[in-house]
Amino acid sequence: MSLKKELSYPAWYNIFSWLTYIISAAVIYMVIIWVPRDVRLGDVQRIFYFHVASAWVAFFAFFIVFATSILYLKTRSRSLDRIAFSSAEVGVVFTTIVLITGPIWAKSSWNVWWNWDVRLTTTLILWFIYLAYLMVRGTALEEEKKRVLSAVFGIVGFLNVPLVFMSIRWWWSIHPTVVDSGGFHMGPNMFRTLMASLLTFTLLYVFFLVRGIYLRLAAEKLEELKDLIRE
Amino acid sequence: MDLIRKSYYIFQKDIKAEWRTKEMINSVLIFAFLVVVIISFAFNPARGTTQDIFPGVIWVAFIFAGILGLNRSFSTEKINDCLLGLMLCPVDRTAIYFGKVLANTFFMFAIELVSLPVFLILFNYSFTVRLLLLIPLLLLCSLGFIAIGTFLSALTANTRSSDVLLPLVLFPVLVPLLIASVEATRTVLTGDGLLAAAPWLLLIIAFNLLSLALSFLLFDYLLEV
Repeated sequence: MSLKKELSYPAWYNIFSWLTYIISAAVIYMVIIWVPRDVRLGDVQRIFYFHVASAWVAFFAFFIVFATSILYLKTRSRSLDRIAFSSAEVGVVFTTIVLITGPIWAKSSWNVWWNWDVRLTTTLILWFIYLAYLMVRGTALEEEKKRVLSAVFGIVGFLNVPLVFMSIRWWWSIHPTVVDSGGFHMGPNMFRTLMASLLTFTLLYVFFLVRGIYLRLAAEKLEELKDLIRE
Repeated sequence: MDLIRKSYYIFQKDIKAEWRTKEMINSVLIFAFLVVVIISFAFNPARGTTQDIFPGVIWVAFIFAGILGLNRSFSTEKINDCLLGLMLCPVDRTAIYFGKVLANTFFMFAIELVSLPVFLILFNYSFTVRLLLLIPLLLLCSLGFIAIGTFLSALTANTRSSDVLLPLVLFPVLVPLLIASVEATRTVLTGDGLLAAAPWLLLIIAFNLLSLALSFLLFDYLLEV
């Protein structure tokens, strides 16, 4: 029965989950009903609150992958490796949300689905880098080896991002700009909604991260049990 | 100094092994030609767009061809457990990396030097003195490509699906280098001189240094047993 105890969520996590549900519901209410409609862009501007918050979570998640990868190579602690794996998965999901909500927003405000602007392109490359990270994770290898290889790639991929950003910025600046990626004026209620949304997405990140970690843990235990049967 | 000498031995070994089989260099060379020919069909070279796309075309060809070569760099060492033999050599693991980087850069540069004149002929460029500037540029870009490529090739060589995984892992990381190489090549071809390409050259140098430094720090982990 100790196995069951080891694999069940701690007490704080259950409370935390309920809190996340409630706050998410409140923020959805804020975004869809409470916050005033943008005068110029209309209702589609509401996607902005999800878009920006997802982008924040994605970048944060990838930073966590980077930090835990370094620490993993130093300490070889398996729990750090689980955090890195889980964080990369969550990061990729949120980057996907950014890449889906972005064009919807762009089509209505700039009248193009996509332009090769710095932020868009960097996000796309980021997405590819961490998909590759998950591919390395997914290959058939001994567990120990796989953990080290993914940690190494987690470090290389992250340190590459500033160079990607810079190169795309210079590259884009020498091409004619078709659309102006200018922002819009944000009222105080919009600002409050954005902040609430950022907070909620951060909570969601932790929520998914812990789930992922326990999923990893369960998978590892299962492997151990399988090995035991084989012996 | 010791590291350089030992890297040189690894370099010699790779050159010798390749010289005896000529397995990789021939196929990669033919592949580079094929990519350019295929792209010529895709973008009609009779139209005026040729000058615009040419820098991109040659780099796509070099990088696709280079990936083929890189894939073999560590996977051939898997045959007969050669990699284990290399690791048992009384040299630092990073010497293996630097030796391989030297050898791969050598191969890639050789392939580029042979194929570039052919590409220029196929795309009707006239040979002028300023095209000589391309030679150091090619060397610099190839070094960056090989530096990170050899490192990631060692990373993917551990896996069973290494030939599929290497491009997936390498292409996103190559983005800054590819952009900078294409733009610097374009600047040289349009005759604006190296000064106009200075920011791109800086970016390439930064990419090369970062790749070499990271590989130097992390290569040991890749060859752990």
